[in-house]
Amino acid sequence: MLMKYVPVFKGMDFFPHDLRLPFMRYKGAALIGSIVAMAIALGLCAVMGLNYGVDFKGGSLIELRAKTGNADVSALRTKLNALGVGNVQIQEFGSPADVLVRLEEQPGGELAQQASVKKVTEAISADYTERRVEVVGPAVSSELRMTGFIAVAAGILAIVGYVWFRFEWQFAVGAVLSLTHDVVVVAGIFALFQFEFDLSTVAALLTILGYSVNDTVVVSDRIRENLRKFKKMELNELLNLSINETLSRTILTGMTAIAVLLSLYIFGGEVIRSFNLAMLLGVIIGTYSSIFIAAPLLGYLGVKRDWSDALAKAVASGKTKAKA
Amino acid sequence: MLHFTRAKILAIVLTCLAGLIVALPNFFSKSTVESWPWFMPKHQLALGLDLQGGAHLLLAMDQDEIKKDWINNLRDESRKVLREAKIGFAGIGTQGLTQLVIKLAKPEERDAAIKALNKVRQPLGSMLMGGGGYDVDVFAGPDPSTVIVRESEQGIRQRVSNAASASIETVNRRVNNLGTSESTIVRQGADRILIQFPGLTDTKELKKLIGETAKLTFHEVHPSMSGEDAKLGTVPPGYKIFPSDKSEGGGDYLLREQPVVQGEDLADAQPGFDSRTGEAVINFRFNQAGARKFGNFTKDHVGRPFAIVLDNKVLSAPVIREPILGGSGQISGNFTVESTNTLAVQLRSGSLPTKLTIVEERTVGPSLGADSISAGKDAGLIGGIAVVCLTILAYGTFGIFAVVGLLVHLILTIALMTLIGSTMTLPGIAGLVLGVAMAVDANVLVYERIREELRVGKSPVSAIDAGFARAFITIADSQLTTLACAIIMFWLGSGPIRGFAVTLTIGILTSIFASVTVVRLLIWYWLKAQPKGQKITVPV
Repeated sequence: MLMKYVPVFKGMDFFPHDLRLPFMRYKGAALIGSIVAMAIALGLCAVMGLNYGVDFKGGSLIELRAKTGNADVSALRTKLNALGVGNVQIQEFGSPADVLVRLEEQPGGELAQQASVKKVTEAISADYTERRVEVVGPAVSSELRMTGFIAVAAGILAIVGYVWFRFEWQFAVGAVLSLTHDVVVVAGIFALFQFEFDLSTVAALLTILGYSVNDTVVVSDRIRENLRKFKKMELNELLNLSINETLSRTILTGMTAIAVLLSLYIFGGEVIRSFNLAMLLGVIIGTYSSIFIAAPLLGYLGVKRDWSDALAKAVASGKTKAKA
Repeated sequence: MLHFTRAKILAIVLTCLAGLIVALPNFFSKSTVESWPWFMPKHQLALGLDLQGGAHLLLAMDQDEIKKDWINNLRDESRKVLREAKIGFAGIGTQGLTQLVIKLAKPEERDAAIKALNKVRQPLGSMLMGGGGYDVDVFAGPDPSTVIVRESEQGIRQRVSNAASASIETVNRRVNNLGTSESTIVRQGADRILIQFPGLTDTKELKKLIGETAKLTFHEVHPSMSGEDAKLGTVPPGYKIFPSDKSEGGGDYLLREQPVVQGEDLADAQPGFDSRTGEAVINFRFNQAGARKFGNFTKDHVGRPFAIVLDNKVLSAPVIREPILGGSGQISGNFTVESTNTLAVQLRSGSLPTKLTIVEERTVGPSLGADSISAGKDAGLIGGIAVVCLTILAYGTFGIFAVVGLLVHLILTIALMTLIGSTMTLPGIAGLVLGVAMAVDANVLVYERIREELRVGKSPVSAIDAGFARAFITIADSQLTTLACAIIMFWLGSGPIRGFAVTLTIGILTSIFASVTVVRLLIWYWLKAQPKGQKITVPV
């Protein structure tokens, strides 16, 4: 049989399993730190504002490639500034032959946007080819902004609803707070570095929610299991044990996710770079929040210790089935 | 529960095989796939505009324009109805875009007026659809001698909806006249139309083609008063000032507002050249009704000018030399060869009920799309290798099984996407990658559990058994929450968010099968293959 020829070799434990890190000892500091981080992030969003891309701000984006040689950004700038289409933002993009031209939303409604793009493309048609043109009018951009916001909020609600349904309400509270934390902090980082915030960033935020809740659920699951197993254990100690028991999984999964995202960030092309950046940040922040926010909150909220008989029975019958 | 029944094994293997067969064409080029024998599947995933290049235009109708047209019609009709009923009125005024205020001469005729005006109402939709009601409400105004005619919400909605359907048909005909047929034209929301045109990157022609309503009308020119005179004095009733289209100061024309013939009566329009001047012109032909109307008009107006008006601008105003009875003629104007082509297409496909404005445009060049594909492939390959290395390093032999599970996961995801005919986009690739991460997580959860069970001192078989059983609850919970999130994304999101959500959803659906069931089957085979009577060491 073929399986005989599969070599048998042992995998290695990346993480010593008997290590018991005292996470709960730092929960106070972590919570204060998280609250401060959220406050700073909100402040950054308010003061510096998010650098909205054309999806949300309206306006136009034109990606150009020089027909010969490298793109001459300064010459292009002089040329386009003379067109009278408002503030023109020019940025190198990927290879030296490529540039990204951004026009802000033109006064005068939808037609004005088209007219400004036409002016630009006609002015540069001798030296550059258009690789991508995106024009978003004022009506659509405000709509996209609204649906983007609703999508994130509804995403959080859906997750919380599911967690509440499967666990106790305390778990749902922990989940909603850690998810909100993740979204706010990532948004704050985007505001601080003025990374572009567009539709794909929103998709990334939703993905971060998915990843973060995945982490939270794994830890919560273990907490629930341990609550049944160690009826007398002090709650803080139990939370700490649960986090430590799932830590090797947290780290290995985090490592594979980061490996994939890093390769997408480096090799995946310029177009999805902001998407990947948000995801990378989110994986790290999401992992942090499930350990330092969602779990300690259960301690503060005083999670129920005696699980209903019905649930215990369901688990027991599951076990007997497994033995049969 | 490690044991698998024969039927189960067969089902698993068949599922994997079916997935492989369906997904297979995606790994070859289109031309290779086409040369395959008939029994092989040939259906490939469609590439999104961001990967193959193409244009995406979102057009919006002008709702105010539609309302304005309607209220004007309503006013004319109300006037006619009141006259027929011999009810005197002092005036009909419009209030906003949805309401008429009719001032009656005698207040005691109000009930009769309301009864008469009820004739302008149209029932909404079909009764079968549970529509009911009318598009217009007629009721007494606050003042004893006024009657109000107001358009109802549903009436406006129906009007906009009808205009949208008519616009889609017209756009469809115009676009099909371009000769490329792979476009999709769909309604979005109440008043928007989305056009997707794979492969097309020069949108100038397309935009020109759909940018004009192309409403062609023929009008009588006022016999004595010129446009300039009318501008200074008062415009005679029934007449209206129309600007000229000519850029070099053509001046204004005073024309009868009611056209003699409209574009609806046009049977054909073709670009051509004037045989005498060599100028680019459009040759047109009316249908029977149009030809009759036009014939009668020209017979009565020999020696006087008439105006050819396009989108409320006068193209030209030739003098009628002799009656035009055959129903065909020629439009000259300031045309170039291209503009006669575009205009002829527009005229042939009928006029749009209202002007369409481009509210969103996304065009991706084919070279950028190709770059994105190759970048996605590179990144996917490198990321994949990283995941494979990490998994095998961490879990040894069982890591190899997990990698096989991952492959199955990927193939099944692509197969399902091919089956439901979804489109592969750049965010979709990212969704695929996240699906892989979720599948890896499922295996990590299982293997970590097995390790724990072994540490407590369980036998290999029962540790593996318990590992799968216990991890399954966690896997199901974590995947289902992500699924809830993905469904919300699909439901509420637009564009890139949707593409991402679709692949993520499919990825989650296949990951439990691939990384739990398939991997468990492999481990079961492996356990059976171990030499009997010897102590088994679990290689995690």
